[in-house]
Amino acid sequence: MTPFPQLLHAEWTKFRTIRGWVAGMIATALMVVLVALLAGVSSDQHGAPPVPIGPGGEPVNDSFYFVHQPLTGNGSITISVSSLTSSIASGPADLRPGTVPWAKAGLIIKDGTRQGSPYAAIMVTGSQGVRMQDNYVNDTPGLPGPVSATSVRWLRLDRSGDAITGYNSTDGTHWTTVGAVRLEELGSTVQAGLFVASPDAVQGPGTVPTVATAVFADLRVQGGRLGDHWTGDQVGPESPSFAGSPPNPSGSVTESGGSITVTGTGDIAPAVRASLGTAGTIADILTGTFPALIAVIVVGTLFITTEYRDLIHVTLAAGPRRSRVLAAKATVLGTVTFTAGLAGAAIAIPLGGHLARVNGVYLFPATSSTQLRIVLGTAALLATASILALAAGTLFRRSAGAVTAVTTVIVLPYLMVAQIPFIPAGVTDWLTRLTPAAAFAVQQTVVPYHQVASVYTPYNGYYPLAPWAGLAVLAGYALVSLAAAAVVLHRRDA
Amino acid sequence: MRLALRSEWTKIRTLTGPRWLLLAAIAATVALSVAVTSVMTCAAAGCGHDTTKLSLTGVQLGQALVVILAVLVISGEYSTGMIGISLTAVPRRAIVLTAKAITITGVVAGAGTIAVLGSLLAGRLILPSHGFTPAHGYPPLSLADGPTLRATVGSILYLALIALLSLGVATIVRDSATSIGVILGLLYLVPVLAPVIGDPHWQRLLQQIGPMSAGLTIQATTDLHNLPITPWAGLGVLTAWATAALLAGTLLLRLRDA
Repeated sequence: MTPFPQLLHAEWTKFRTIRGWVAGMIATALMVVLVALLAGVSSDQHGAPPVPIGPGGEPVNDSFYFVHQPLTGNGSITISVSSLTSSIASGPADLRPGTVPWAKAGLIIKDGTRQGSPYAAIMVTGSQGVRMQDNYVNDTPGLPGPVSATSVRWLRLDRSGDAITGYNSTDGTHWTTVGAVRLEELGSTVQAGLFVASPDAVQGPGTVPTVATAVFADLRVQGGRLGDHWTGDQVGPESPSFAGSPPNPSGSVTESGGSITVTGTGDIAPAVRASLGTAGTIADILTGTFPALIAVIVVGTLFITTEYRDLIHVTLAAGPRRSRVLAAKATVLGTVTFTAGLAGAAIAIPLGGHLARVNGVYLFPATSSTQLRIVLGTAALLATASILALAAGTLFRRSAGAVTAVTTVIVLPYLMVAQIPFIPAGVTDWLTRLTPAAAFAVQQTVVPYHQVASVYTPYNGYYPLAPWAGLAVLAGYALVSLAAAAVVLHRRDA
Repeated sequence: MRLALRSEWTKIRTLTGPRWLLLAAIAATVALSVAVTSVMTCAAAGCGHDTTKLSLTGVQLGQALVVILAVLVISGEYSTGMIGISLTAVPRRAIVLTAKAITITGVVAGAGTIAVLGSLLAGRLILPSHGFTPAHGYPPLSLADGPTLRATVGSILYLALIALLSLGVATIVRDSATSIGVILGLLYLVPVLAPVIGDPHWQRLLQQIGPMSAGLTIQATTDLHNLPITPWAGLGVLTAWATAALLAGTLLLRLRDA
């Protein structure tokens, strides 16, 4: 019996001596790079407003109505909230009352009014109870339940050096701690006061602007050195999520008889794809994976179907254990494809990213370990697809059916979920869990946040499965097909 | 010519492959249309969906089987050596390709009619129970409606044109796997690539020249002013692709050894 290394060598010799297959692999790497080049060169967002960046380096939304004054040194600020109501923009100039789960009204201590500066805040929300949040990504729950005239919420924010502690109460006398955070970047003089924000609400496949109004009372400041009057300011009117409607989007503050009514819109939260539509991701840069996929599917299929034209008897006579021949083919094909994909992705990501940034495009950040995962994952995706094609080619013995079947099972679900925004979330979720298109999760860089209600669908770059789990779905299809191919190859006459 | 047509018709009629592919194309088209219309809902008036287009979504899958069929009509002959016999029987090679083109257009148009009408019927039966009611601004789908009729006839023509484009490409490339790779690439890549093109002008241009993105505009019945290209012009773009591929194929068939 021929030893396995010799089978491998034989298959490798076949592969490298057929010009079309080698060309196919070079084309695979080239297409990944060329599309990245195209995406980078064709983009142009010079002059777009800069994306606010939070203390952690992540893109953030930071726009809200702020009634504030400077606070120097240690001190605390207390308020009661008796009402928080929201309106949702249902059409042009058509605001309807509605619930915005993460509409926010409360107290905030912030390192100036610059967008993206460090802060800590305690707030009532539309339907998520009292929350303490800091530096955009951190969120701690406090008292549950909505706020109303019969269920007033008292909030207090206390600064002592780096430490900011949030308290809540139902009566203004019995207080419980919600959370304590350390903000090391905070200067000695900060801006402190009331704020109202109301993020875009999810409506169908997209989001619509909203506006919220809160009624405050019992404003009290202890310690610290404050100025003598409160100023109302819109923070971040140029924020990307703040475009156009609702009409008269700037907030306002009015005071009468000790109660303060504040209206505001926007959000203080990490940015997500829907709120930062102009930003790109590494997955966008790697769209060349699709032409590359078609190339590896064609080569993977031909690697076996070509044998059926004349060579299969020779191949199987040389290696009578047929499943070993198939394993040798899969190993050679997988390795070559992986290498081509690796080269393509490793060049495409830095190149496309650089060109996009030069043209003013903001890219969702990815750590170097994430980038490494995407490069390896993309190479593995292509390698797995080629092995699936090899298995399909063995099962069908005909190239035409195999190429079409593998291409459509991978590309068509992706087209449906990633290109058609109005397919219901339940269906896209199902498609990206069960079909081979789940593998594209390996290119994902954006992460959903529980404290941001948004459209977390594959269309926006959010996949239901974790990156490697998604790839494992495709690998599962490839393994099962390969096993079926081995059985069929064993039983059938060549 | 009559002889060539008759031999092509006999081949396609007596081989089992084409018959199964045509049946599969019909089944796949209707199945995807049923699946898509079954998951869509319309809660209130003005949900902004194009029900005709939704009902005809299956064409995007059915076309893949039409591609296989059309590619095999020519590359199947190359892989078996049948092409030598075909060209000996009818030495005027352009006539052979024309006969193949006419035959494939006929059978695909026939199967396409069943597939497209089946999809439309499925939409007509399924959509009203998902909130697409006259009260929400969606009268039942009907061929009496001008745009729906255009979308229906256009979808059948679309499938026939995809077959002709595939025949042309397969005549140029000869190998079936590579031909299918090239054609599926041509069809599916434009919709995949267009969103990453940052410049709206280039993006639109890409959608105007892509055979699938331009050709399928024939299915749109609402929001026509937002289309990258008008429906009939879009189908014209696909016709241009098919014509170019067939002409290049004919030329190569005449110049090259078989």
